[in-house]
Amino acid sequence: MKQKLGRWIIPVLGGLAFVYLLVPIAYIFVYSFNDAGRTNLEWRGFTWSNWQNPCGAPAVCESLVNSLQIGLLATVIATALGTCVALGLVRYKFRFRNATDILIILPLATPEVVLGAALLAQFLNLGWELGFTTIVISHVVFCMAFVIVTVRARVSALDPRLEEAAADLYANPRTTFWKVTFPLLLPGIIAAAMLSFAMSFDDFIITNFNSGNVQTFPKFIYVAATRGIPAQANVIGSAMFLLALLVVIIAQIMSYRKRKALEKAQ
Amino acid sequence: MSSRVLGRRGKKLDLRSAEELRAERRKGRTGQYLVLPGMIGLALFFALPVLVLLAMSLYTKPPGAEIGEFVPALQFSNYAVMLEAYWPVLLRSFWFALIATVLALLIGYPMAYLVAVRLRQHGLLKGILLVLLIAPFFSSFILRTQAWKQILSDEGFIAQTLKAVSLLPADGHLTATPIAVVAGLTYNFLPFMVLPIYANLDRLDTRLLEASGDLYANPVTTFTKVTLPLSASGVFAGTLLTFIPAAGDYINASLLGNNRNTTMIGQVIDSRFFRVIDYPGAAALSFVLMVSILILVIIYIRRFGTRELM
Repeated sequence: MKQKLGRWIIPVLGGLAFVYLLVPIAYIFVYSFNDAGRTNLEWRGFTWSNWQNPCGAPAVCESLVNSLQIGLLATVIATALGTCVALGLVRYKFRFRNATDILIILPLATPEVVLGAALLAQFLNLGWELGFTTIVISHVVFCMAFVIVTVRARVSALDPRLEEAAADLYANPRTTFWKVTFPLLLPGIIAAAMLSFAMSFDDFIITNFNSGNVQTFPKFIYVAATRGIPAQANVIGSAMFLLALLVVIIAQIMSYRKRKALEKAQ
Repeated sequence: MSSRVLGRRGKKLDLRSAEELRAERRKGRTGQYLVLPGMIGLALFFALPVLVLLAMSLYTKPPGAEIGEFVPALQFSNYAVMLEAYWPVLLRSFWFALIATVLALLIGYPMAYLVAVRLRQHGLLKGILLVLLIAPFFSSFILRTQAWKQILSDEGFIAQTLKAVSLLPADGHLTATPIAVVAGLTYNFLPFMVLPIYANLDRLDTRLLEASGDLYANPVTTFTKVTLPLSASGVFAGTLLTFIPAAGDYINASLLGNNRNTTMIGQVIDSRFFRVIDYPGAAALSFVLMVSILILVIIYIRRFGTRELM
């Protein structure tokens, strides 16, 4: 009896924690069908109209498009730069090694308000106008630190004998990199890129310091929260959640099938 | 074996060790070219801004200046003024962040263990739960915090139920309390706790757990003596990734708290910057926050840290 209880305690606790994680998302989803009017606070009846017209509230879709563009751009830049840094750091020796390490770790140990304030001070000093560019720069900074750490772990875990085997088979360094090293690192790079995009898309604090008049989706919601968030924001929040879920689940199922087929073939 | 080994066709084999080959590859300038662009980026848009912030924290307001006009100076008293006014807020921020980190660890560890160890053989379910950890980012963290505010509101189901069974006084609130703010912090940074622990437990060799059981350790002993020590670096990274953003956060405090007993340092920095237009004061507070977090992190690393984290 006691043994059985022990077996169930992890699934029950873990499962409850997942429920806790999803409660507000279920709430957002349900209230995206609310016939809300201006403030989406009380349940006033079921309607499809918010989903039929997700751009119905003023500026909600513009802010979403801004967030998606910023997220994509920041992710591409941060992933490219961060992957190069990670490769260089693990594989090569050079001077100023310690200074480089500190410069990578510090952004991770800096709270968002401080980074946001520091970048704002810098942009004010340079006399740059706040807007799209300054948001992208600030997002690249905090995403890149995450990419470096994630990809670096991946590069360190790589078995160097695989590359040596490629070299033994007369592959030149370039071929070895693109045919052996890069494919092995790719899952880690993709994971880092996804995390970057998620963090950029969801960032409010740093964006709020450096965005000027440009609206992003989180900023739109924060500003709207004081007057009442339109139900269309719930539609977009739910749709983005479901879309992310769908994309990754399809990818999971495809790789799962492939693995099963491989096992069968063997 | 002789050191002069001949290959099958009589050609002399390259007997340099793998270690030597690796060392040879490390030479050359490729490493610098790879690292340089990213590092220049971090120098220009991280290191330099922090120095600018440090300089700005010492600026002073000249007599008769307009709002937002400051001149470079070395006015160290900015720090004294800010610390005097806001040290309780600073302490409260660290206290809230600490409780939220401990709670997130207690909630997050079973999640990570469930996904990484228990569901190891169930590829698909494991994948779906992993996605559920990251997907909330896409539904926007402010929207979810606002949802919590509605769920915990006085008219909400939870507050009404608690009042019905007298666990909450009839005129009590769930929102606008420190509890709501800490709960919000715990909720919002939970994925940052779970993901590193998951990454660590995913590599855990379950045969070690069987071995421990075979040696008559009960499950609790197995956990404290085998599983937990082996996942220590994941717990370490998770606690840092939860504590640091939680200490500087102001969304939870302003949406779920928004009264004098829940003010966090992030709110003060934000309002000094944008409402009071006191750039030196805001910069000084930011710097104090950054340095105190760094000191706490360094103490924590010295006490519990492992090299593999970095």
